[in-house]
Amino acid sequence: MSKLVRMDQTGHTTLAEWAADDPASVEAAVQAFREQLDQGYFAMVSTGEGHAEQVKELPVDAPLVILRLPISGG
Amino acid sequence: MAAEPTVLPETATVYWRPRADGERLDRRGRLWTLTTAAHIVPFVLTAALLGALSLAALPVALYCLAHAYVIPALYAQRGANVVRPRARAGAAAEHTALGLLGDLVGHEARELHAQTGLVMERGKLGTWLVGEAGALLVRGRKVWCYCVQVKEPDLPSADRIAHLLLALRADEQGFATVANLAFAGAPRRVRARMRDSMRPALDRAAKTQR
Repeated sequence: MSKLVRMDQTGHTTLAEWAADDPASVEAAVQAFREQLDQGYFAMVSTGEGHAEQVKELPVDAPLVILRLPISGG
Repeated sequence: MAAEPTVLPETATVYWRPRADGERLDRRGRLWTLTTAAHIVPFVLTAALLGALSLAALPVALYCLAHAYVIPALYAQRGANVVRPRARAGAAAEHTALGLLGDLVGHEARELHAQTGLVMERGKLGTWLVGEAGALLVRGRKVWCYCVQVKEPDLPSADRIAHLLLALRADEQGFATVANLAFAGAPRRVRARMRDSMRPALDRAAKTQR
């Protein structure tokens, strides 16, 4: 199962879980993904050791998609 | 996968800054050294002159020397402050966040984080130490101290680090562009002002640059 998690005050919250071969779970995950992006979150996927990429559409084959908030200089 | 070559979207909020790269960092590092010298040298020369002119001027000369010491020390303290730990969230949230952070980093980085509270990440610009509200970049024989954070006060500390780590991994140059430089200089000057428990992280990062 792939997971969509949001880093938040609870540590993290799992917003959706899906399997690539289960269209209903994918659709629910896509919906949750879009809602979070609309709220200002950025979606990140790890792409190997020390590398991550931002995605604007749910990568259905990724095992873990992490939602983060914007950063800024302090 | 819908991944795209990532340019950190936050760079748009600092559009006036040129994108950080190795050459620019080195130039800024040299400029910082010159600025430090410009703070020290006039006070030291004045102190020497006053001391040579009259013993009665000795208190003023000492005052000048104190200035020459304190001003760079304050800058170094500002640099060390970027990795100062912030207030903790609840234990459960911290534990959950730590689990996610642990999944993002390797065994060595996990151990170092447990010991020091900082996550070491090797990049193209140098070796980074990522804290809750800032990051240190060890590059060659200098350290660049950056103030950078996620503006959400209630996040657990490991989540704060994970936010910065993911942004850094996505676009290292963009990360260095968005972050505010608080200090650049010799690692020993920052190290002396860091918490004892954090110093091994800086030592290890410096070792990777030798």
